[in-house]
Amino acid sequence: MDSLSPMSTLAIRMRSVVKHYGEIRAVDGLDLDVPEGTCVGLLGPNGAGKSTTMKMLTAQAIADSGEIEVLGHTLPGDSKRSRAEMGVTPQLDNLDTTLTVEQNLLVFTYLYRLARAERKPAIERALQIANLTERRAAKVEELSGGMRRRLLIARALVHRPRLLLLDEPTVGLDPQVRQELWALIDALRSDGTSILMSTHYIEEAERLADTVTIMSRGKAVASGLPRELVTEHAGREVLEVYGPPARLAEVEADAAVSGLRTRRTGTSVALLGIEGRNGDLPEGERRATTLEDVFVLLTGEEVR
Amino acid sequence: MKGDVDRRSEPARPEGRNASRGLGRLEWPAMQGVLIREVVNYSSYWRGSTFSSTMEPTIYLLAFGFGFGSLVTKVAGYDYVDFVGTGTVATAVLFSAAFPAMFGTFVKATFQHTYDAILAAPVDAEELVTAEALWIATRAGTYGCVPLVVAIAFGLDPRPDMLVVPLIAFLAGFGWACFGILIAGLMKGIENFSYVVSGVLTPMFLTAGTFFPLSGLPEWAQVLGNFNPLHHCVELVRHASFGWQPGADLGHLGALVLFALLTWRIAVHAINRKLVT
Repeated sequence: MDSLSPMSTLAIRMRSVVKHYGEIRAVDGLDLDVPEGTCVGLLGPNGAGKSTTMKMLTAQAIADSGEIEVLGHTLPGDSKRSRAEMGVTPQLDNLDTTLTVEQNLLVFTYLYRLARAERKPAIERALQIANLTERRAAKVEELSGGMRRRLLIARALVHRPRLLLLDEPTVGLDPQVRQELWALIDALRSDGTSILMSTHYIEEAERLADTVTIMSRGKAVASGLPRELVTEHAGREVLEVYGPPARLAEVEADAAVSGLRTRRTGTSVALLGIEGRNGDLPEGERRATTLEDVFVLLTGEEVR
Repeated sequence: MKGDVDRRSEPARPEGRNASRGLGRLEWPAMQGVLIREVVNYSSYWRGSTFSSTMEPTIYLLAFGFGFGSLVTKVAGYDYVDFVGTGTVATAVLFSAAFPAMFGTFVKATFQHTYDAILAAPVDAEELVTAEALWIATRAGTYGCVPLVVAIAFGLDPRPDMLVVPLIAFLAGFGWACFGILIAGLMKGIENFSYVVSGVLTPMFLTAGTFFPLSGLPEWAQVLGNFNPLHHCVELVRHASFGWQPGADLGHLGALVLFALLTWRIAVHAINRKLVT
């Protein structure tokens, strides 16, 4: 039903969702859509409310107010039904380390209620997805970090879920391993699995997400296609000016006078939206704006 | 956008409700998933677990039975070794249920985040707790018989009625498993467990009538004994071994059922509160 109008059905729909922990408003009026068959990147600094959002989608955190629908089921009442059709890859590795790769997958074929005849093929498929067929008998504690993360993702896929929640899928991994995982996630998206992926790696969101939602202090501060978000919020071109701190402060002051927005990185000041300007600009390197510029502008926080 | 919302909320909902009929409370497939995880894990640690759950009560049995037994030959009309042998069934149940439930639950909930993974699957806290308790109770039902077997080896007369001992141990084990789970659910840190072990479990263990009959204690202690589930387990096992006392035994059975039901409901509540925020 979705192939003709893939944007018309939502895998996730959140409206005005609020979640407090004591005094802290972890999620503060969040609206979020994940159209079926797309990958949405949830981008935000630590503490922006991404993990709380993920937990609410499996009803492991219950919203104080607002509406949440997952795969057509209203949460939290109907969440068991939606959990049966979705897979979750948590940020923290919670594999059973003393069990083998295959035993970890076997347990999840039961937890996700696969029929007896489906269990073996499901395990084989998951082993292939994780590229761990040859390590099937290895105990998890013997695997490398990258292998464990692949297994964690494959474990969430044993029952061919329609929706996958990925909470910081590559945090703490080597660049090479991250790229391996990106290929895996990209393949899933191509297969039509809906994905909500939280991350604070800009590059990850740029590469994998169809649309990006930037969260800050519990709210969605911007949503859209990565490229459009960039042009809308930060213009097309950036001038990166390097210099000692005093010089950078001067550049910032001048920019403020001429109505340019700036962002400070460690060693430079970036003047945003400089397209069409020439004469009045200081010396510096021109470059295209990135999602990172938008991120810093909107959240007021640096990224790693 | 408006069209999108309508399409989702109207035709989709009734379907969803029908489909969710199969997903109610306390479903067997959900509990089966939790049980399978335990069974598969057990294959990697059964040696240690079996060793501690059987050795400790056996050592108590031998130490008290023969050490103390050299001073007293008969207690409450029974050979002291038989008296202690039947009594330590409750000890074995306590050791193989309450302790693994307390520590295992806390580790899986807090350190290994196992329960986060399970609750992200179509499993609710009630099913999780019930399945874990059933599994621990099954082990307690088995390990609980070890002291009896040892006592038989040392001369206790086997009786057919002893065949219900595994069931008594299972029922008591379910209660102690839920007790352990609820403690793990309520406590913020594992270091607080020592309050429970020293303040609750050790006194109960010593005043269950395992090593000496409660009838020798002051009246207030005998009354308190009725609130000790271990005592009811000791009495039922002893009566299965030496002869039933129907009226009293119904009371003991009722007490164990009540203990299991109460701890079960509180454990579900405590774990739900701990894991679902």
